[in-house]
Amino acid sequence: MSAIQPENADTLPKLLLAQVARWGDRRVAIREKEFGIWQSHSWRDSARHVERIGLGLASLGFRRGDKIAVIGDNRPQLYWTMLAAQALGGAPVPVYQDSIAAEMHYVIDHSESRMVICEDQEQVDKILEMKDKLPAVELVIYDDPKGMRHYAYPFLLSLERVQDLGLRFAAEHAGFWEAEVGKGRAGDLAIINYTSGTTGFPKGVMISHGALISTARSFLEIEPLDERDEIMAYLPMAWIGDSFFSMAVAFLASCTVNCPEDASTVRQDFREIGPTMTFAPPRIWENILSQSQVRIEDADRLQRALTKFFLPLGMRKAKLELEGQPVPARLRALCAIGRWLVFEPLRDQLGFRRIRSAITGGAALGPEMMQFFRALGVNLKQLYGATECCAPATLHRDGQVKLETVGAPLPGVEITLSPQGEVLIRCGGLFSGYYKNPEQTAATLQAGWLHTGDAGLFDPDGHLVIIDRVKDVAKLDDGTVFAPQYIENKLKFSVYVKEAVAVGNERPYVAAMINIDMEVLANWAERRGLAYTGYTDLAQNPATYRLIHDEIRRTNETLAPSQRVKRFAILHKELDPDDAEITRTRKLRRGFINERYASIISALYDRAATSVTVRATVTYEDGRTSETERQVRIMDVEGA
Amino acid sequence: MSRPLTESGRAGVVAGPHAEPLLRVESITVRFGAVQALSDVSVDIHRGEIVAIIGPNGAGKTTLLNVISGFYHPQQGHIVFQGRDRTQLKPFDVAALGIARTFQNVALFKGMSVLDNIMTGRLLKMRGHFLLDALYWGPARRQELEHRAAVERVIDFLEIQAIRKTPAGRLPYGLQKRVELARALAAEPHLLLLDEPMAGMNVEEKEDMSRFILDVHDEFGTTIALIEHDMSVVMDISDRVVVLDYGRKIADGPPEIVRKDQAVMDAYLGVAHD
Repeated sequence: MSAIQPENADTLPKLLLAQVARWGDRRVAIREKEFGIWQSHSWRDSARHVERIGLGLASLGFRRGDKIAVIGDNRPQLYWTMLAAQALGGAPVPVYQDSIAAEMHYVIDHSESRMVICEDQEQVDKILEMKDKLPAVELVIYDDPKGMRHYAYPFLLSLERVQDLGLRFAAEHAGFWEAEVGKGRAGDLAIINYTSGTTGFPKGVMISHGALISTARSFLEIEPLDERDEIMAYLPMAWIGDSFFSMAVAFLASCTVNCPEDASTVRQDFREIGPTMTFAPPRIWENILSQSQVRIEDADRLQRALTKFFLPLGMRKAKLELEGQPVPARLRALCAIGRWLVFEPLRDQLGFRRIRSAITGGAALGPEMMQFFRALGVNLKQLYGATECCAPATLHRDGQVKLETVGAPLPGVEITLSPQGEVLIRCGGLFSGYYKNPEQTAATLQAGWLHTGDAGLFDPDGHLVIIDRVKDVAKLDDGTVFAPQYIENKLKFSVYVKEAVAVGNERPYVAAMINIDMEVLANWAERRGLAYTGYTDLAQNPATYRLIHDEIRRTNETLAPSQRVKRFAILHKELDPDDAEITRTRKLRRGFINERYASIISALYDRAATSVTVRATVTYEDGRTSETERQVRIMDVEGA
Repeated sequence: MSRPLTESGRAGVVAGPHAEPLLRVESITVRFGAVQALSDVSVDIHRGEIVAIIGPNGAGKTTLLNVISGFYHPQQGHIVFQGRDRTQLKPFDVAALGIARTFQNVALFKGMSVLDNIMTGRLLKMRGHFLLDALYWGPARRQELEHRAAVERVIDFLEIQAIRKTPAGRLPYGLQKRVELARALAAEPHLLLLDEPMAGMNVEEKEDMSRFILDVHDEFGTTIALIEHDMSVVMDISDRVVVLDYGRKIADGPPEIVRKDQAVMDAYLGVAHD
């Protein structure tokens, strides 16, 4: 296998072996924090694990074309298992570990996975509960044995045992592994990513090795990375963004992937590693922003005063730069001081000290968010793409970052607009189809073009601008066009607003339903000595309404008069993927929301109404449901 | 978690009634002045058991725990641990024998980090040397690393990685309780005494704590005696229930039998005593 160079490897396992030949034990492939210490695995060590797991799976009957479902947080062991399955000509099916039982069952069942690998007892228990309804699943493998000492199921075994079987298998089948890896072809299925979609059942997006590798290659042309780069693997493994960056990009560029200790320690781990490149969807950036605002509020008076003085200056400078306008000398001088006093320390606090490029994608990011991070000196850029094209299709280039755009197409990616303004993509990274769903495949992939369902346009510099989903672009009853998502993103820039739903299709004006950010609001309420019993109580508090009202009024000032939010309500509950109101990647499912909150929406257009009674069904994590009845206030926005 | 915390052997297998109990409390009596806190109470705790001690307020539950951990000394009776009489030992010596405990009111060092708090659980296992410790050199360094590794395994086990460096006093109550359990576990005890581990917790926190107690028992084979008021928890996790009332033992047996015991029902429902 030593003949393979990273440059011409056509599958991920071959790429791994090529990196072993190149780096051996000299570079770290993957690192994980465990027992308080970062534990490193070199390329050779990683490959050894992949081989043992792979041979173990082979001895347990895993064959070419088989699928293995993968459930858990980002762990080296799970990445190794994915590669092991790929080396044998099979495909991993990563599953969102926080999805409810019905969704998890659908994905495992639909993908016909013969094996399931779970991170720990929590996931194993979920599978055990639905095992009777998963006829195809023959084996359940777990990594962390804690709490399962007394589990005696014939189909349950530890990853350690799988590796032992692999060692034994290796002794009896010399050359088997190399031969299996060698059989892999670029067109082979590498992974099935189920996208929750904003409507209907999840669809299994089939991605080939060739698609992943060619897309990674295009990406690296714009964002060169090498063996000294560090990336953090903390996004859900079931999201294409993680497979793309933590596997394809990392393997091609031979950079080090870091797995956090626990979901709750990600920010600390981030700071310890100081990644040089990172990719995250807007909700993560929003989250970091609100956390840093809370931290600023909690800081001592001097720090707070300095931050409040310098941050707006930094954001103004960032804005001018983004608009390509000259920065006055005075502002530049002040920002130089600000960098020393505020921006650098804050950036360090957030773990962005070494960051060279930070990328956002998956949904639109508010322009103000962009200014905030760029003011700190974080090179934040927009990426646009879809699961169906391995994540990226366009990306901002350094020095050509523009607020409202998602950048120009990557090398080798063609983008065109349909007569309806829909964004169409053609490139080497396109998916091979939806698993067992030829109708949807035919509808999405027409004559080699991926129909994204996004409405967009090109600006004079050739940058793509995404307006909204084609089907969501709406008209007020006087015919004025408005893009709900655009307004929502503006509203969500407020640290107090977690989610926003803009409505107004065939109505006289735009109105909004708001989800407050509980973490920030709780802090706010505490400082004001405001007593509340829980989310609903705080959401419906008149003081909260006044606060949100002022935030919306401020947002309205940046919107054209016809786009301004005239009335709003704060929802009594958080929009939740378990209630099918948003997807796991936090995209609004407008159909469901319009149906479920119909009473609130009609009250928003009944100018006499000041509150409305809602009855809601709540679905708990275990699938039980219950009925609740709440009062929700409606408020006019002044000056709109 | 692949390595066991303790070498105390496996677990869950409750020794038969004829085997020597891990701990034998033999007809002890404790008086505080005129108050008879415990009168002639005998309890055997076998290896690998989870024993719940229940009873109304003032029944003598905490006194019993305090006697076992050497905090009080009984006026009469004996305490035999691992076959040897331990009646007159001090708490320090009891801890050295492998009996660790948590307290009804959280007793952590509030200004110290969670990590340092748990590290104190290792104190009895440390062999100090003034000069080497001061220089942090040779054996001192090796020892520190070993203890830290043991503490990290406990942190991983109880899933408190995110608060490792947080001062204990800043944590919510439920987490403080978990840190206390961590400190007790760090001592690698043979017998773990838990005084109301779930007091003041909400349902979810109680479920978490119950799971951790069962996991500790499963994973390390630690024998556990706990005081608890929440009867559903007691019924769920204990192998045996000992009921105290007015300093006397009124029942001792499997939860499903004790629950139906007339004397127990009287004690809880409040029947006039003569």
